[in-house]
Amino acid sequence: MLKNNLQGLWKYRVPFLGIFSIATALVLAFAWTGGFLGTGVTTKEFLGDSLDHFPPGYRRAHGKGMCFSGTFHASGAAVPLSTSRIFLPANIPAVGRFSIGTVDPHAADNSTATVSMALMLVGDDKSQWRMKLNNEPYFATRDAEGFLAQVEAFEPVAGTGQPAPDKVAAFFQKYPEARKSVEREANATWPASFAGTEYNSINAFVLIAADGKRQPVRWSMRPRAAVEMLSKEAHAQASHDFLFDEITQRVGVAPLYWDLVFQLAEAGDPVNDPSQPWPSNRKEVIAGTLEVNQVVEQTHGACRDINFDPTLVPSGIALSDDPVLAARAGIYSQSYNARLREIGFGKATDAVGKKEIK
Amino acid sequence: MHTQQKHTGVQSFNFAARLLHWFMAVLILAMLFIGVGMMSSLSLRPWLIDLHRPLGIAILLLAILRLGNRLLSATPPLPASVPYWQAMAAHVSHLLLYLLMLCLPLLGWATLSAGNWPVTMFVGWNLPPIAPVSSALYAWFRAAHGLFAWVLFLLVLGHLCAALIHAWIYRDGVFSSITRKARGK
Repeated sequence: MLKNNLQGLWKYRVPFLGIFSIATALVLAFAWTGGFLGTGVTTKEFLGDSLDHFPPGYRRAHGKGMCFSGTFHASGAAVPLSTSRIFLPANIPAVGRFSIGTVDPHAADNSTATVSMALMLVGDDKSQWRMKLNNEPYFATRDAEGFLAQVEAFEPVAGTGQPAPDKVAAFFQKYPEARKSVEREANATWPASFAGTEYNSINAFVLIAADGKRQPVRWSMRPRAAVEMLSKEAHAQASHDFLFDEITQRVGVAPLYWDLVFQLAEAGDPVNDPSQPWPSNRKEVIAGTLEVNQVVEQTHGACRDINFDPTLVPSGIALSDDPVLAARAGIYSQSYNARLREIGFGKATDAVGKKEIK
Repeated sequence: MHTQQKHTGVQSFNFAARLLHWFMAVLILAMLFIGVGMMSSLSLRPWLIDLHRPLGIAILLLAILRLGNRLLSATPPLPASVPYWQAMAAHVSHLLLYLLMLCLPLLGWATLSAGNWPVTMFVGWNLPPIAPVSSALYAWFRAAHGLFAWVLFLLVLGHLCAALIHAWIYRDGVFSSITRKARGK
């Protein structure tokens, strides 16, 4: 019996080998596409082991934040540029989040110079516009891989506590555009308040008008409140939660306002390179004003379980071919799925306001 | 399903079944690759996810058509030379394939609904949500969608291997019953 089977196998060795090869090729192709094989950079690399090892329920980046709610008052000025109903002169609800750039959700507010605003606007046609804006005016590198390269190059060396000069030099060789961002950060003043900060889309998008005309844009949320900065000394001495304490206190007294300002690209402006700001004399259009009139802890706020994926735009707005924009979509999705799994499966504790069971 | 099948002497699947089988084979295989690719790719996610949603709904609609055709038409019997365990494996895997063709798109739709994501078919045209907005539901639907997709991939792989064994080794007419109309009868 066994002998017969073996003889059968040998007789059909060619078709068996063919079938085995086809199946193996399919498995390998699938594994490569999913990023389980090969050396290509995938979305997961940006999150490292934080997908599996992180305070459960928190965002894997910008973990510390507070939710806000308010109203977006569209001026109507963007209507000629985009068919999105969000730009029609009306008041629509806004949900958002203030956060700091540190990964650790329990970090001190002076641990970073990066502060962010995330925002979701919902039009009367239920169309959604999600965005995530930073106080930095532009991205350090022309692509997302550059971000990983920068983190690696500036890794402090054991002993000196400083980055290895040859690694830094090699990084600037490959990403010369990052010099201006690194220099700006070295001389940057520190935000004293979420209120007096301008937040920038960084990536380019395309507004689509009723006649089909496509206008590449970037935008900023420009504060009506005076811009406030801290000196290095004052920043070093600031209290652990000074930014969040300040915004809570301030919104408790009166609403805060930001203008949504579109910067219109002209022919030749780099649309696919977030490291290149456009000239400051480009035409601006104020599409409306965001009014923030409530801030709440993110443990119970509406922003907690929202993925402010900047690639979710309403019809009338399209994505540009900026590679960092596409990369953000996949990276945010990994973080979102990881933390919603923890929240949904009941593993999150302080992230959802539950006391940790010891 | 096994006992309810009408054979009535046919030797091949009808034209609609054959057409749907091969068309959906391409769609489903593409869909599996799009699915894993859109989670890993740094550059293609927006493009892939815009394909993933309408393609998933297309598969759902085609699967309903296909199920209807399968239930209403005669299907060729497996040859008597096929051992009992192989026949059982074939029937169970076919049943699971039908289940997953219907479940995966519905789970994907429900996942987006529970996460308050618009279920966009093409720019400006969305399907209504089929589940309430809930993070717990999102987590379960999303996990099931991912897990079932892996199961579907393994089933497709097994189905392909079995089909090729019939085609190249057994040469018992099982493979040709889905590739062409049986001659003679």
